[in-house]
Amino acid sequence: MPSEPPAARHVLEFPGGYTRTTGPVIGRFLSELRARRIVGVRTAEGRVLVPPLEYDPGTGDPVTGEYVQVGPAGTVTTCAWVDEPLEGHPLDRPFAWALIALDGADTALLHAVDAGNPKAIATGTRVWPVWSERPTGNVTDLSHFVPEVTKIVAPVRAEYRLRAGGALGVFLAGVERGVLLGGRCQSCEKVYVPYRLSCPECGTAIGEPVELPGTGTVTTFAINNLPDPRAPQVPFVSAYILLDGADIPMIALVGDVPAHEVRHGMRVRAVWVPTEERTASMTNIRWFAPTGEPDVEL
Amino acid sequence: MGNRCAVIGVGQTRYTTKRRDVSMAGLVREAALRALEDAGLTFKDIDAVVIGKAPDLFEGVMMPEAYLADALGAAGKPMMRVHTAGSVGGSTALAGASLVQGGVHERVLVVAYEKQSESNATWALSTHLPFSASLVVGAGGYFAPHIRDYIRRSGAPGHIGTLVAVKDRRNALKNPYAHLKIPGIDRKMVESTPMLWEPIRYLETCPSSDGACAMVLAAESAVTGTPAWLHGTAMRSEPIFRAGRDTVSPRAGIDCAADVYRQAGITDPRRQIDVAEVYVPFSWYEPMWLENLGFAAEGEGWKLTESGATALDGDIPWNASGGVLSSNPIGASGLIRFAEAAQQVRGLAGDHQVDGARTALGHAYGGGAQFFAMWIVARERP
Amino acid sequence: MREVAIVAFAQTRHTSHDTGLSEPELIRPVIEEVKERTGLSRFGFTCSGSCDYLAGAPFSFVSALDALGAWPPISESHVEMDGAWALYEAWVRLQHGDIDSALVYGFGKSSLGDLRTIATLQLDPYYLAPLGLDLLSLAALQAAAVGAERKELDDIVRRSRADGRANPYALDLPDPDPDSDPGGDHAVRPLLTTDVPPVTDGAAAVVLATGDLARRLCPNPAYVRGIAHRIEPHYPGMRDLAHSASAADAARAAGVGEGPVEVAELHAQFPHEEIILRRALDLREDTGVNPSGGPLAANPVMATGLIRIGEAARPILDGSARRTVGHAAGGPCLQHNLVTVLEA
Repeated sequence: MPSEPPAARHVLEFPGGYTRTTGPVIGRFLSELRARRIVGVRTAEGRVLVPPLEYDPGTGDPVTGEYVQVGPAGTVTTCAWVDEPLEGHPLDRPFAWALIALDGADTALLHAVDAGNPKAIATGTRVWPVWSERPTGNVTDLSHFVPEVTKIVAPVRAEYRLRAGGALGVFLAGVERGVLLGGRCQSCEKVYVPYRLSCPECGTAIGEPVELPGTGTVTTFAINNLPDPRAPQVPFVSAYILLDGADIPMIALVGDVPAHEVRHGMRVRAVWVPTEERTASMTNIRWFAPTGEPDVEL
Repeated sequence: MGNRCAVIGVGQTRYTTKRRDVSMAGLVREAALRALEDAGLTFKDIDAVVIGKAPDLFEGVMMPEAYLADALGAAGKPMMRVHTAGSVGGSTALAGASLVQGGVHERVLVVAYEKQSESNATWALSTHLPFSASLVVGAGGYFAPHIRDYIRRSGAPGHIGTLVAVKDRRNALKNPYAHLKIPGIDRKMVESTPMLWEPIRYLETCPSSDGACAMVLAAESAVTGTPAWLHGTAMRSEPIFRAGRDTVSPRAGIDCAADVYRQAGITDPRRQIDVAEVYVPFSWYEPMWLENLGFAAEGEGWKLTESGATALDGDIPWNASGGVLSSNPIGASGLIRFAEAAQQVRGLAGDHQVDGARTALGHAYGGGAQFFAMWIVARERP
Repeated sequence: MREVAIVAFAQTRHTSHDTGLSEPELIRPVIEEVKERTGLSRFGFTCSGSCDYLAGAPFSFVSALDALGAWPPISESHVEMDGAWALYEAWVRLQHGDIDSALVYGFGKSSLGDLRTIATLQLDPYYLAPLGLDLLSLAALQAAAVGAERKELDDIVRRSRADGRANPYALDLPDPDPDSDPGGDHAVRPLLTTDVPPVTDGAAAVVLATGDLARRLCPNPAYVRGIAHRIEPHYPGMRDLAHSASAADAARAAGVGEGPVEVAELHAQFPHEEIILRRALDLREDTGVNPSGGPLAANPVMATGLIRIGEAARPILDGSARRTVGHAAGGPCLQHNLVTVLEA
């Protein structure tokens, strides 16, 4: 085998870039563009060419001196989608190339459309220009187009200040000191957790809170493949855990075990954050972890 | 040589350092529309377009015939793009003429241009490829050693180049399209300019120009206006790295001239040709080509120059237009030679018209003086 | 017109990478091959096609002359176009009547640069090039305008690659496997990466000869019965991308429809271009398209079009076909089309 011939990089780049004189027609178009207007030029036959040429592309005849403002909106006639933009492209995120028939033009302008995703653009999509912030008299002063507004995103936000009073306050006070509090219905004797003031079933008042142990049994669970800020990893398990002594399960994370090893009937124990990190919130329980006891028949 | 063919229209732009007022399309259209007007025609009357220019690196547009097609009214027609280095303007005329001579088309528009101001010719001609075995030095650096060799071989006195530099620039004063116009130019002025590539002085070199030139060529049945008839067309190329190549008087030039003279029935060019437009980008190439083209015996070319025979009022004017030394849009320079030869026999050369010119030579060369294109045009039909 | 025939055709075994050979080194074997096959060592005219920007330097054709044995000096010209147009210029020159043979060649090494972005340099320098429009983006726009069924496009790619594997000069490319990637790997949508022609280095040469000489040199010359080319406006928004008016015009002028076409070698770099060209040339179902594998199996830019004409001549030269069509294209989105009709 002959050895690899030597290789080297070779770059052709005229220092500073080519200096292109535009002539009157291209110059007019780019000047209008700089002023955030799009113009076409009328041919002798009456068609409006956008972008304007010095000649009718069909015949080579000179165009008239009549400039016509077109757009700014237009309709996509053909488009293609770039998933991975190249360095020289107008946008650095996925975008569409489109032939755009601007309102009032008889030819289509080729430009980029920032449509977000390929489904958001098709033949017939109406698009509007987005101008570059610092126009310099280049075709890229028209930064790109975007689809016409057909919906708006309306952020709605209201702010409140809540207090955990009543039964919730009691429960969270328990959590703060590392205890899960429930309450027994004085009529049906069911134990509810978290602690509440009345029985959902019979409406009977619930008496003093009772402390429940931090252990329980997984009654059912889900393996979640979408990340969640509270979960340690993906996939993670969210489980219904029936605390020992309670009659209604709580939903909590299961951790310290591979998701696919979590089972119905698995015995678990609450893993509390260290005392100094505790607040009056459920984040005090990091998750429930297997105790290693034999599974419970459900 | 095939069917009869004539030049029936010529259009030129003014040549200048930088045409700030036009786009590339605008530049070529200016020449093309003037050629059509000269022929009394419009784009509709044209069957095919041939475009020529030197390297695409000059403007940074690759194969620009694609972009220029509709600017030249070529939509729906055949269009060709010729590139044979510095001789390209001549080759473009010949490729266009060939379409008529071969009986393929009746009327052909040929256009050649260069917009050198978009970049810099020395840069474009000196792109340093890795692993290149030869030293790339630009045109002046390439040709200076051959000129020195000519001076050594012929024993020509050192001022001959200066004479050509003055003569061609004086001619340029009579040409409305010429780029360099230096009123009062004389030997002293040329000799006071710095040596760039010894023995070539600054004013012995061609300028860098923007410009375009166009011609309408027609079959006999389609002639309009005043024709300049083609009597001979020829091109020759030889390999640049051939050992023992005569770089002072290349064989390809000698053979090309012999071919074109044979077609035109020319046996004594100095006597039978009335005016010649010859590609002289460095002043010393006039005496060199006088010999190569058979206007003078070997070693005698400089004597013809010195005698004033090649001046506008001499017996064989060379470059009455001012030549490449006065205007040099590289890709068009060859076509301008061919067009100016045609204008002379059409009697339309204006202030630099050579009285009674009936037969003219158009000449272009390129590469390392290895590509040659020539034609003979005459007032009479062949 | 004077009778002119293709009497010899040779091409390199194209590669998908730079072998380090210089352009003259790439060309020399194919020149040798056509010289050997015809027994001619000198030609009345020589013409070549190549592109400086592929080579990354001005005058890419100058050193190529060193591969020809051009001594004594030859009558020669060069087009900055695909070699198919060099063949056209040679055919025109042979019409003059004073010479009877011509050598044509085309060559290119697209491996040296990034063809996708180098092609941007060919566009309108004011309106298109500043947008950075590249080869694949433009092709994708045209593909979208055509709007062909994915299956039809995949079938073209599969057929081209299979034919290419059977062609010793083309590249060995695997069948596209839609099962491995059901969503498709998009280059620029709707183009799939399998729709994109391979980067290829290569060269090709053809010898043309006029009637009497052709019959002496070759038992089955492929006569050029018609040859024509047409260009159309450049800006994609000012023409109908779904159709090729220029290819249809060239086909009519070359007389494609005046008889049955057994084989058509089309310069279709993308599968949707084959669909456009089949329609433009009005080819019937029984015409075999790109039995060589076509540009989808080997695309040595600047020689690809000339190879189509050579491949169309091949079945006539070997006596297996009587009437074929070779097509070459240039410019963005099939802007320029050349069609030639060859007959036994």
